[in-house]
Amino acid sequence: MAENQKTVTFIITRQDSPDSAPYKETFHVPYRRNMNIISGLMEIQKNPVNAKGENVSPVQWEMNCLEEVCGACSMVINGTARQSCSTLVDELEQPIHLAPMDTFPVVRDLVIDRSRMFDALKRIKAWIPIDGTYDLGPGPRMPEKKRQWAYELSKCMTCGVCLESCPNVNDKSDFIGPALLSLPRLYNAHPTGAMNKSERLNALMEDGGITGCGNSQNCVQVCPKGIPLTTSIAAMNRATNIQAFKNFFGSDNAH
Amino acid sequence: MAEHREFVWRRLHSLLGVIPIGIFLVQHLVVNHFAVYGEESFNAAAGVLESLPFLLALEIFVIYLPILFHAILGVYIAFTARNNTVKYSFFRNWLFYLQRITGVFTLIFIAWHVWETRVQIGLGNEELSFGLMENILSNPIMLWFYIVGVLAAVFHFSNGLWGFMVHWGFAQSPKSQKIVTYVTLAVFLVVSFIGIRALLAFV
Repeated sequence: MAENQKTVTFIITRQDSPDSAPYKETFHVPYRRNMNIISGLMEIQKNPVNAKGENVSPVQWEMNCLEEVCGACSMVINGTARQSCSTLVDELEQPIHLAPMDTFPVVRDLVIDRSRMFDALKRIKAWIPIDGTYDLGPGPRMPEKKRQWAYELSKCMTCGVCLESCPNVNDKSDFIGPALLSLPRLYNAHPTGAMNKSERLNALMEDGGITGCGNSQNCVQVCPKGIPLTTSIAAMNRATNIQAFKNFFGSDNAH
Repeated sequence: MAEHREFVWRRLHSLLGVIPIGIFLVQHLVVNHFAVYGEESFNAAAGVLESLPFLLALEIFVIYLPILFHAILGVYIAFTARNNTVKYSFFRNWLFYLQRITGVFTLIFIAWHVWETRVQIGLGNEELSFGLMENILSNPIMLWFYIVGVLAAVFHFSNGLWGFMVHWGFAQSPKSQKIVTYVTLAVFLVVSFIGIRALLAFV
């Protein structure tokens, strides 16, 4: 019975517009069992009254899949960047602090603009070009063992948590971020994707690319999908070095 | 090449830190260690180095220019990081932060050290001998400055060696990176011991 009275306290870092100053606002939300952070935010949306009893604008956030595969609902929860869908209230200390991942431009409240990552995906050619004017037929087969290995790398959902934790991703540097260094490894490992290997490696060697990594290795610690980011980065280090030597000393431009 | 300028510069930065700067650091501290065996022994070793042919050219191309390049790009790298060890207090993140702190401190230390020794010798105000260092290190503040300076330089070199192994793609797997961590820790301890023991020999 006492459980009906229980509340969850959220202290949310809010921001009304991209240029306005952030401020903190406290909310008490009725507790339910097995709540995740998003269900707490939904309660605030239903009844946007802060701890002082004032009517305020409802807290804005982004969400999509609700099962930790899209990355849209990432935010800083009690100091740790993670997905608000898969973070359970029962596992957290109260009050629960929510803040936007401010490595990215804040749009409003907990909504951030992650487009720099999507732009970088284009830069590193994070796809396998198979479209043409005619049917190219089935591509080469991939060994099952390699597929299973590559599957781990494919779990990246460009959520941005690794960028948030990286000391080298900030407004003073143009470093594209850890996730974007790992993805070329995935596409280069694919038998069809390997045909464009050098294009991806050359893209990684552009300014703000792989040399932006300073090996603080926070990314691999915080990645919600457990992707071996630092192993990928080291592998891409080797691959870009070899590519650089080929570019400079080699005469075979078809590499 | 031109379109990959940052890539080439950063790889060169990593390479120069080990070859020649790292090798020079170890050689310098090992030669200093002659001080442990007495004043004459140190003066004899220093005399050999001083009488190397093409000394100025060797100094410029093996020591001054590489250090200058490494330092200028390094300071830029150090100040473009937004250190977050409070929020993410992982071991490697601390080493990342320390690498930047020791880099900047080592630069200050080296500038002071070169001014006090090589520049003064070049100007003819001092001569390369045991007495020069004995005189400098008789001041306890300078002794501590030198101890911290040597430790900072050796840390920066050892941890930089780890970074070199990763940046050049030698150590990829977590296991190999861990083993390189232990090896570079051993390098730090051994080279620090040599450096500090040599310093204390002047006191």
